[in-house]
Amino acid sequence: MKHEQAKKYGMVIDLDKCTGCGACMVACMAENNVPFKEDETNKLDSITWMRVYQLTNGKPFPDTDICYLPRPCMHCEGDHGHSPCVSVCPATATDYSMDTGIVSQIYTRCFGCRYCMAACPYHARYFNWWDPVWPNGMEKYLNPNVSPRMRGVVEKCSFCYHRYQLAKDRAFMEGRRELEEEEYQTACTQACPAGAIVFGDLNNKTHRVHQIVQPDPAHAGRPKNPKAFRLLERLGTNPKVYYLSSREWVRRSGDHYLPHEGPGGGH
Amino acid sequence: MSTNDDKAKADALTDTGKQPEQDKPEKGNGASGSILFFFLVGLIASLLVGWVVFPELLYSKKKQPIDFNHALHVDMVDEGCESCHFFREDGSFSGVPELAQCIECHEEAQTDHPEEIKFVTQYVEKYREVPWLVYSRQPNCVFFSHAAHVRLAEMDCVTCHGPIGESTHSRIYEENRITGLSRDIWGRNIAGIKRNSWDRMKMDDCAECHAEAATKTASEGEAPIEGFFNNIIRIAFPGSLSGRKSSVQTQNEACFVCHK
Repeated sequence: MKHEQAKKYGMVIDLDKCTGCGACMVACMAENNVPFKEDETNKLDSITWMRVYQLTNGKPFPDTDICYLPRPCMHCEGDHGHSPCVSVCPATATDYSMDTGIVSQIYTRCFGCRYCMAACPYHARYFNWWDPVWPNGMEKYLNPNVSPRMRGVVEKCSFCYHRYQLAKDRAFMEGRRELEEEEYQTACTQACPAGAIVFGDLNNKTHRVHQIVQPDPAHAGRPKNPKAFRLLERLGTNPKVYYLSSREWVRRSGDHYLPHEGPGGGH
Repeated sequence: MSTNDDKAKADALTDTGKQPEQDKPEKGNGASGSILFFFLVGLIASLLVGWVVFPELLYSKKKQPIDFNHALHVDMVDEGCESCHFFREDGSFSGVPELAQCIECHEEAQTDHPEEIKFVTQYVEKYREVPWLVYSRQPNCVFFSHAAHVRLAEMDCVTCHGPIGESTHSRIYEENRITGLSRDIWGRNIAGIKRNSWDRMKMDDCAECHAEAATKTASEGEAPIEGFFNNIIRIAFPGSLSGRKSSVQTQNEACFVCHK
């Protein structure tokens, strides 16, 4: 694995295709043993690694427009892997891997100080206020490849890292070290009925994410595709989740732009 | 002042302590002697509690449902351990065999061995899975890839599991009453002394072997003296020689490799 070229797994979500059905959220919760509460409307308590937000352009009836925006963990690279959450964790419970570009969360190391939640500008991290309680018999349906989390620790999207490891196991069996693009895909990507989510290695020119986004290494991975944008681009978090939209108001809502500014380099 | 006093007292104690060897016992020796006596009794009692009584209380002893003879089976199969503990095509490891696999040979009892008859009547005929107790079961948070170790690194099963293939009886399974895990994970030696690579299966044991392997591959092609100094640099400043760190905080292998 030391001899492999470093990977940078990322995601691009086409907001023109997203219908807001929430299949990604359901698939994510089932895949990652995300606990749910009796009352999921309490957003201070509920946990959603993948969360679909509704955006609106705020205009009255004839011009009104809405857009759904799925938000996983952005797996920010920051400046050389110093993503906001990794920088503040006092327990080394979260780390940025230079091999995959994935921000890990080690539940057994986390002691629940929640600095990372305060540092994350995307609200992608969630705190377990309670031990997970599964309906009777549902323990048998949990995913054995993901450990359930206990009360008092923070959790978040891992880009289905266990799928990466299982895909590598298969590759080892077949005498390979490198993975094919389709061998490692996240649960939300595969669940999306509209095909709005594309996942792959941003460093690999043959992968679809690279071809769609065309990341610019000279400008911290900023997309060269004019339709593509990232959330809170100007914070310098250097996220690895990109969004596509043909609508300008959607692209502008990715950050707090002033009227004369814009996501297309107007600052 | 107080330290001087303490010193004086200590001197007095050692003096009286030495005296019995030279002179006949005098007044006052009885006190220090009994202090020493009770100290030793207390020490021995604490050691016994910590090393014998506590482990006895901590681990409950369980018998395997069937007394399995590994040596007998290994002799009769062609592919060694992997005949029963095999890899699936997708790279996952099967671990303890399921009943369906045992049935391939044991649909009916092949001998009149009481354990085999028990196995056939209680499990095969009722088509009930055998509730084997797994000595090497790790906690939930651990990810371990058999494929990476056995296929890629070509390691032997014995390195981590010990010569279990030579055993003729299933030994007692000792379950930690608090964690529910086998004593094999923590190691049988309560003082933490390890003689073989398979004596323990804790995180430190994984790390020990990986650190060794990392320095070995890194120092390939280096002259012995150069390698010696470079190893020191590598341990003190990880990533400084290779120019590449594999993660930001831990600066060597990210925790996510083995924790899930």
